[in-house]
Amino acid sequence: MNTELFGVVAILFLTFILAWPLGKYISKVFKGEKVWSDFLSPLENWVLRICSIDPNESMDWKRNMKAMLRLNLIFFLWSILILMIQKYIPIWNPANIGNMEATLAYNTATSFTSNTNLQHYSGETGLSYFSQLLVICFLQFVSAGTGIATLALLFKGLVQKQAADLGNFYHLFLKSCTRILLPLSIVVAIIFLLNGMPTTFAGLQEVQTLEGDTVQVATGPVAPVIAIKQLGTNGGGFFGPNCAHPFENANYLTNISANISILLIPVALVFAFGFYLNRKKLAWIFFGVMTIVFLTFVSSAATFESSGNPEIAKLGISQPPGSMEGKEVRFGAAASALWGVSTTSTSNGSVNSMHDSQTPFSGGIFLLDMMINAVYGGVGVGFINFFMFVVIAVFIGGLMIGRTPEFLGKKIEAREVKIASLVILLHPFLILVGTAIAAFTAAIEPAIGWLNNPSYHGFSEMLYEFTSASANNGSGFEGLADNTPFWNIACGTVMLLGRYLPIIGPIALAGSLAAKKSVPFSSGSLKVDSLAFGVVLLGVLVVIAALSFFPALTLGPIAEFFSM
Amino acid sequence: MKRPKNLKLFQSQIIKESIIASFVKLDPRLMLKNPVMFTVEIGTVIMLVVSFISLSPDSGQGSFIYNVAITLLLLFTVLFANFAEAIAEARGKAQAASLRKTRHETEAKLLLSDGSIKTVSSSQLKKDDIFIVEAGDTIPIDGEIIEGIASIDESAITGESAPVIREAGTDHSGVIGGTKVLSDKIKVQVTTRPGETFLDKMIELVEGASRQKTPNEIALTILLAGFTIIFLLVTVTLKPFSDYANTAVTIAALISLFVCLIPTTIGGLLSAIGIAGMDRALRANVIAKSGKAVENAGDNDTVLLDKTGTITIGNRKATHLYPFNGFGKQEFVKYCLLSSLADPTPEGKSIVELAAHLEPQIVQKTAKDGKFIKFTAETRMSGIDLPDGTQVRKGAWDAIKKWTGANGANQAEKEIEGKIAEIASNGGTPLVVSINKKIAGVVQLEDIIKPGIQERFARLRKMGVKTVMVTGDNPLTAKYIANQAGVDDFIAEAKPEDKMNYILKEQKEGKLVAMMGDGTNDAPALAQADVGVAMNSGTQAAKEASNMVDLDNDPTKLLEVIEIGKQLLITRGNVTTFSIINDVAKYFAIVPALFATSIPGLNALNIMSLASPESAILSAVIFNALIIPALIPLALKGVKYKPIGATALLTRNLLIYGLGGLIIPFIGIKLIDLVVSLFV
Amino acid sequence: MKAILKDLKLHFATLILFGLLFPLLIWAIGLLFPHQSNGLPIYKEGKLIGFENIGQKFYSDKYFWGRPSAMDYNGASTGGSNKGPTNPEYLAQVEERIQQFLDKNPGVKRSEIPSELVTASGSGLDPHISPQGARIQVARVAAARNLDPERVRQLVESHIEAPLLGLFGTARVNVLKLNLALDEMDSGNNTDKELKSGL
Repeated sequence: MNTELFGVVAILFLTFILAWPLGKYISKVFKGEKVWSDFLSPLENWVLRICSIDPNESMDWKRNMKAMLRLNLIFFLWSILILMIQKYIPIWNPANIGNMEATLAYNTATSFTSNTNLQHYSGETGLSYFSQLLVICFLQFVSAGTGIATLALLFKGLVQKQAADLGNFYHLFLKSCTRILLPLSIVVAIIFLLNGMPTTFAGLQEVQTLEGDTVQVATGPVAPVIAIKQLGTNGGGFFGPNCAHPFENANYLTNISANISILLIPVALVFAFGFYLNRKKLAWIFFGVMTIVFLTFVSSAATFESSGNPEIAKLGISQPPGSMEGKEVRFGAAASALWGVSTTSTSNGSVNSMHDSQTPFSGGIFLLDMMINAVYGGVGVGFINFFMFVVIAVFIGGLMIGRTPEFLGKKIEAREVKIASLVILLHPFLILVGTAIAAFTAAIEPAIGWLNNPSYHGFSEMLYEFTSASANNGSGFEGLADNTPFWNIACGTVMLLGRYLPIIGPIALAGSLAAKKSVPFSSGSLKVDSLAFGVVLLGVLVVIAALSFFPALTLGPIAEFFSM
Repeated sequence: MKRPKNLKLFQSQIIKESIIASFVKLDPRLMLKNPVMFTVEIGTVIMLVVSFISLSPDSGQGSFIYNVAITLLLLFTVLFANFAEAIAEARGKAQAASLRKTRHETEAKLLLSDGSIKTVSSSQLKKDDIFIVEAGDTIPIDGEIIEGIASIDESAITGESAPVIREAGTDHSGVIGGTKVLSDKIKVQVTTRPGETFLDKMIELVEGASRQKTPNEIALTILLAGFTIIFLLVTVTLKPFSDYANTAVTIAALISLFVCLIPTTIGGLLSAIGIAGMDRALRANVIAKSGKAVENAGDNDTVLLDKTGTITIGNRKATHLYPFNGFGKQEFVKYCLLSSLADPTPEGKSIVELAAHLEPQIVQKTAKDGKFIKFTAETRMSGIDLPDGTQVRKGAWDAIKKWTGANGANQAEKEIEGKIAEIASNGGTPLVVSINKKIAGVVQLEDIIKPGIQERFARLRKMGVKTVMVTGDNPLTAKYIANQAGVDDFIAEAKPEDKMNYILKEQKEGKLVAMMGDGTNDAPALAQADVGVAMNSGTQAAKEASNMVDLDNDPTKLLEVIEIGKQLLITRGNVTTFSIINDVAKYFAIVPALFATSIPGLNALNIMSLASPESAILSAVIFNALIIPALIPLALKGVKYKPIGATALLTRNLLIYGLGGLIIPFIGIKLIDLVVSLFV
Repeated sequence: MKAILKDLKLHFATLILFGLLFPLLIWAIGLLFPHQSNGLPIYKEGKLIGFENIGQKFYSDKYFWGRPSAMDYNGASTGGSNKGPTNPEYLAQVEERIQQFLDKNPGVKRSEIPSELVTASGSGLDPHISPQGARIQVARVAAARNLDPERVRQLVESHIEAPLLGLFGTARVNVLKLNLALDEMDSGNNTDKELKSGL
């Protein structure tokens, strides 16, 4: 148990240590300051030149958003096309994988374009190597790059004074991929490779087992895909069981690397905010608020997983390893709980244990984590979501001290509150309405066969699926039989709405803030980098999430927990 | 004497009116303005229908009595909210009515173009008409004196009993309808149409009908609407959720949950808070032209204050008399007195006062005799030529130097120059007196800083407001007074355009600037300032340009207005926080009640151990309804603003309204449950 | 239109960079480490008999058993059971596994069975069990192979993999490696036995 705990502490410690310099580096990249990776700029300039993009052209929020949407639409169309014709592509399909069915292809293309990576297929049977690389690996870079570049637009909006320019999306997008994601991915991929995660184009391997049976073992070019999957908060596994699979997560060292990779960029972006705006103390407050929630979640989930499943305890066996259903022995219960919280915090969605089989309390925490969707959050978009809570907190906090609310000198007025409210509202809307339709269907048609588990846990499976889709997370209570037209289309659509509206809204807000003049700070202004504001922010975050989802959680994990 | 400021919070007449109004306001068209309470009204109607349905024994909707109880409670929730708004309006109206009393129909002596006078009713006056008012007449309508000077009793409006002087062509040329001319005869031009005076506008603002929501109120309404939609979603989706869980939930339970969750407390009190803010401004004798102006006041970063009258008491006063050149003290005092007896300037009067204080017997003996020499821009001296031919002059040192031909060479002159420098560096103004072109001594004039003004500035600094003193004094004197009074900055030797430039400079930095003014030459600056407060005695141009008018002509009123603005926002913010955080306890009351029978495990959430599902739901709804009237006094009086710095204030309010809002409903609902469970 | 052309070009440029060149770069590096980049395969007499980290199905008494697998250790289609913790059907299944284990391992007390031995892993390919999970099988394996239990026990102890750097993570036993070592030890033994029996 103690070594398991040390492992958790080591992962968190290393993450935070590494995130600080990375945040500084990201801020420099966003600002175009000199960095070590400038040797890549000839390559970038060459790419921009052949695309006839002027990287210095300043664009307002609308042009930036149009560029982002057009580019993402192309990604989406490319992906759905390849998935539906992968059988006909002559190369890199040693296992002769067939074409994807249309609704599943729609779901998969939206899922990966939107950085969700919800998988209604199983990697080893559903995708050719061609698709794994030129759809999955590719989208895992560019969808993450889209998120990071969008955040750079927001940062710029916060420092601009009475200007429309938010920067150039194309340039920021390309640099997010080449300067942030690529170098880290290479390092992490090599670590993975050296620890025995396959990187080969060979097909299924036939194995003669010791017992004398013959089994097929799927391999593939795993290490590079898994590296970017973690770093870009993507989470789409190469294999069905994701990072529980020994080829996706070979040992405790790769588990540490992967877990750090999940958290690293989201945490670094919080610090990047501090460096970019030169408001480091404020970044610490944001980090502190997120980390309080994060650590609370980690410690409760780890406690519940380590102390085992009470229902199993009733069977009289010993549970020193903790609740082990759906977990791997090489990671143990504590590290699996940490991973679960990390992956649901950051909208990563990769798993190293089956969330469906975690104890009810942990399952509830994973759900709540995705319902908040702003504890570090997905690369770029996590901070953007968090920023919406900041707007609301600033508004309430400002009123509480008797000043028209302002954030970093920008007045928060009706337009900003409207956008923030709508963006925050969207998440419960998608989750609750989606789950309501599913629950209604499951109630009148119990034979529909969606649910792998009865009762409250079955409800949690549906709730989890929509929460994961709306939060662009991608993990699942995988017992849900989700590869049906209903789930494919519903979740696909939820993912699209849950991805793009919460980007467009905040960037419009950033555009409106950029156009405002800046109000100087006075002793009557709300001091956002104060502990008191941190409390308001934490309150807003927890209260909005808790109040929106408490009844739903009550009928799922809470009811299951108290009925044990 | 001012009108009683603290009207009792609940007067029986006002309460009666408000109760009636709360029913009138049930009109859905009026309710629509307040989306939060409108949804409660819809909920009430649905519950009414459900009550009838529940008469059927197999409706599954619970007992008839229970449904009726919920219906009534919801109705009361709406009524309480309406009552809050109505009582705020009624109090505003009462306040306005006491002002309006002054403007019943009076006769006006209209001056026709041929010079004849026609007596008409005041309501027939049009803008730009000219009328005559004589001693004993009541001024029929707001206007500006175009000819003459008069003393006027404005007590009906301001509560101040001492008469004031209003004179054409000065910065004090404005007269108000309803006030009374005590002496003299003036010619007045009508500046506003009847029904469009500032007071009329103000009355409209406190009466709900034409009340415009302020930008901040709109933003808050949007946020509250957002919360309402979220909770609508939560409640509506709970139905299929519980269907899946094989739990029958009644419509009454769902609607109760919904009404308890949506921010009814702030939703019900929001407009009352806004109206009460305007009312507080009115109570401070400030007429605001819009609610936004009051709110903006709370945001001020910079306040421009005239030195005279605001920071210092009236004008400079003589504080010391220093005889020189062999003149005796008594003799010097006498000549100072003689030269000032006929001097109408405040400085002159203060010399008389000082002389009377120093040598009372001389004053009695000295007759007002001789030829008074008025101050002119050319000589820059004033004085008197006595019947015996003695010429007494007083003025600035350089003017006296010119008059006496002194060159500062002799010993006495050097001594005087030393004294003059000493006085100036202490913020005083030296006035040199010469008798028959011989320098006789120096009068020290000093600004008297208002007692308590330093504390007020310190308070403003804590609020984050920068104070700027505007004065015609030279920089040295200005600096001294600025330091004494504790202002942050000053504009010395100020010309009217300097104010304007300063405002523009501050606004360029993004600051909100407030100023107070009265003269026509202040008008551009008043218009440019984010909050311009004109004195009621000021010119029409100044009043038009500003967004508030101070009936008391009190230059320190700005400070009060700023606090009223802040109070308004704080009250809104804190009631919002309180309202939303209340939901936590309500969840713990209602959610276990909804499911406890079908999912016994969830009884663990019933941490208040409420008696039964029905009593739990009733208690939560009762608490939710009662908290509105309970907070009406707070809404009307406003949360007290404490200038303790933003972060300290936030911490304090978080503890009171955040933590309080978390704990109080747990206690409240439990207590109500103890009572309700006796009946259910 | 011009903008779309611009976007299309950028799409293909990034597609080549990140969908093609990046994985190929890692693949090329992998060529320098063929053992690792092929997933740590184990060959015996030129035949692929497994991968170090991919668990295999063991059901004979003579082998240490790994964890239950929802996918029956099918390396071509992997996954967990996704059973919820309170699912009665699932709990019955666990009870059945406990019974089975107790039947095959007489002398083991119910309370000695660690949970991972009767619960399915996440991947269905978990190569490990806990040291306790291996120790309670020693008696059965030794009996089935007619080996000195003490030797088998020592083999188990020597196959316990310590936490990373002795500090982080779990102690565990790789079942495949243990069984390989067991086979090796036993094959020496068998020769002995064969000699003794005079064959």
